[in-house]
Amino acid sequence: MSRFDHKPRLESTRHDIVIVGGGGAGLSAAIAIAEQHPQLSIALVSKVVPMRSHTVAAEGGAAGVVSASDGLDLHFRDTVVGGEWLCDQAAVDYFVARCHEEMVRLEHWGCPWSRGEDGYPAVRNFGGMSTARTWFAADKTGFHILHTLFQTSLRFPRIQRFDEYFVHDLLVDDGCCRGVVAIDIASGDFHALQAGAVIMATGGAGRVYRQNTNAGILTGDGLGLALRHGVALRDMEFVQFHPTTLPGSGVLITEGCRGEGAYLTNRHGHRYLQDYGLGPEVREPVPKTMELGPRDRLSQAFWHEQQAGRTVDTPNGPAVQLELMHLGRRKIAERLPFISELAKTFVGVDPACAPIPVCPSVHYTMGGIATDITTATALPGLYACGECASVGIHGANRLGSNSLAELLVFGREAGLQAAGFAADQARQGTAAALAAQARESAARAAQWLARPAGGLRLAELREQMTTAMQDGVGIYRDAERMASTCESLENLSQLLDSISLDDRSRCFNTEWLSAIELGFTLDVARCIAHAALNRRESRGSHQRLDGYNQRDDDQFLRHSLATLAPGQPPQIHYRAVNITRLPPGERRYGGGSATEHKP
Amino acid sequence: MSDGSGQIDILISRYDPERDDQPHTERFTVPYQHDSSVLDALLYIKDRIDGSLSFRWSCRMAICGSCGKMINGVPRLSCKTFLRDYAPGPLHIEALHHFPVIKDLVVEQAGFLDKLPEARPWLIREQEQALADGPHRQSPRQRARFASTSACINCLLCYAACPQYGMKPDFAGPALLALVERYNADSRDQGRAERMPLINAEDGVWSCTLVGNCSAVCPKGVDPAAAINRNKLESAKDYFLRFLKIGSGGAE
Repeated sequence: MSRFDHKPRLESTRHDIVIVGGGGAGLSAAIAIAEQHPQLSIALVSKVVPMRSHTVAAEGGAAGVVSASDGLDLHFRDTVVGGEWLCDQAAVDYFVARCHEEMVRLEHWGCPWSRGEDGYPAVRNFGGMSTARTWFAADKTGFHILHTLFQTSLRFPRIQRFDEYFVHDLLVDDGCCRGVVAIDIASGDFHALQAGAVIMATGGAGRVYRQNTNAGILTGDGLGLALRHGVALRDMEFVQFHPTTLPGSGVLITEGCRGEGAYLTNRHGHRYLQDYGLGPEVREPVPKTMELGPRDRLSQAFWHEQQAGRTVDTPNGPAVQLELMHLGRRKIAERLPFISELAKTFVGVDPACAPIPVCPSVHYTMGGIATDITTATALPGLYACGECASVGIHGANRLGSNSLAELLVFGREAGLQAAGFAADQARQGTAAALAAQARESAARAAQWLARPAGGLRLAELREQMTTAMQDGVGIYRDAERMASTCESLENLSQLLDSISLDDRSRCFNTEWLSAIELGFTLDVARCIAHAALNRRESRGSHQRLDGYNQRDDDQFLRHSLATLAPGQPPQIHYRAVNITRLPPGERRYGGGSATEHKP
Repeated sequence: MSDGSGQIDILISRYDPERDDQPHTERFTVPYQHDSSVLDALLYIKDRIDGSLSFRWSCRMAICGSCGKMINGVPRLSCKTFLRDYAPGPLHIEALHHFPVIKDLVVEQAGFLDKLPEARPWLIREQEQALADGPHRQSPRQRARFASTSACINCLLCYAACPQYGMKPDFAGPALLALVERYNADSRDQGRAERMPLINAEDGVWSCTLVGNCSAVCPKGVDPAAAINRNKLESAKDYFLRFLKIGSGGAE
């Protein structure tokens, strides 16, 4: 006999703004609203307690022009060239102009940035950046940013947290986003949060692939929610493979290692990046050269080394060697202590004594919910920021350390924009319609618990999806394998309804949540695969082997937009890129290209 | 201890509040490789054997603080604990001690989370610096003074290890007191006085009996015991100074 009431309860609350996601972007938005609009009520809803969000795992740093010898224009150029001209140049200009201020703001909130002897925050080199402009807190930058933001948010009682609430639907009325419906994970009850505006800050979708650096929570929920309500996902075919992660697990080994001077060598001890247009071989780090090339080029170089049989075999697959030994134990302890801990724990390597075996893994969703430069989506009242959004700054390849800066700049922007929108709304007359919508949505979600036993296992479907993505939409792609992946994904989508759950309880039923997540993840996977198949050129992280090996600006200097209608494969459309001042040109690294930018 | 791969028996404390009056133990047998973690075993069970097993996890790399469990009676991060060290088993996994169990291996964390604001864990300045004035200066040596306390990932292993917290759930506890010390030791902060009430309170530093289990189980080298000790000194100083002030007819 159950001691729980099995009838799904549905609570309802009203807030001025609902923020979905409690990572760096969501917290930035929440604090900006609380500071600037203290009269507004904010609901911060997250399926995990905010300090568990994946911002915590970012290591290397956050970009922000700091030195007199650097300049906003250089950061702009690095970003646009790095993104192979698929960036919205107005968005990039807006972004680079605000990074420094956000780093200082965090400093004022207590972020323990690493310091130079002069007492000012230090900066390090990062891939594809013309000069050192990456702020860092040793190699736990994301951890310190997240905890600083979370702890600072505790100052503001107007930020009401809904920790461990899983958002499974949006409330939309009269063409406007008016709130969300969530499951209170601990009780299994439903909760409708009505609001004047909603901000999506749910992070990326790395879990679409088998081998990735992402936490288990990165199932693309926000992208899936937006898609289902008619909002397009932009540039989804651009998936970032991070070149230095642990084989098998995909645990991230920061680019900061290379920023500090680490080498990448193949099985012969050869620094192979010089063979891929990134040389000349230099002993000390030189911007945009060798190991400081951009992530897409480095991951592609790995692929070629693997094809040529020059990688090292590990029990978890092929790897190259990341050498830190020459940096010395002291520098490693000061600048890269977390990497040292990770290497010792997960592969039994002390990086002061031996190289770390590394290979590329899926790391970052460069596309996302399409927004304009103010973070507004096409659905009035819905805003998006952080990795789940595509505000347009990353293009076809994101530069490392631009994403932590993005969380801060556009998280804040989303907060202020949503606050302005919510303040303008007359919110009468819709409550009844929203309540009915919430009831319907809750009933749909609850159906999972009533399905007959004996169906497919959730994990089997998930494994088939991640395998299809890994095989068909990897570092190098061709039409045949992409089409096969598209087909597999459509089939898997049909099978979603055949899953049955072992767990029919309501209390902390994570299997139930995983099933809803898989629905989102599959939709995101379909958009990635179809957008990739349709892009018949090679650009940035999207590289083809089947005759479309070159960049084709005439046909494809365009953003892809993926939309989804029930029962149909994703539709892919294209839209012009906003090019304000840097016309398309050749993307070149190595060869001393850094020196031409020096003052 | 074994180097290679094989099978291991795992005993898990289960509890479903909708069905069970008491927790019970279930046995699972799972395969392992040289690098399989306890978290890998839990995921294996959930994916392939019993989807109703509930536990928290996220980053898999010992930084998000989600996956703490009692592993053979010791609080540990399950992503950072390896099956090879316990083969052939049995390995006993329970929810973190000293917290109410919600379901299976999931505990109620409100006892910690709700107390966080009492630590006033944000930078407190008499006068806030304008953004245009740029960052505060802080030497690498000054930063080093709070480097270890700022490394806390809030995984709550120290609470599960602390006998005082087990007996007195109102005790602020190791992580919270370490957090107080993190801000107090930051050269940019001027909020020590605002944090003294928490430190001085009956449930503050004086509840700690210096067992030191908290520091022993910390996966991040935070050493809460040392932080609490430093605050005992501060608390004693604070008490003495207030006593002097009252004695001389000064304050309050």
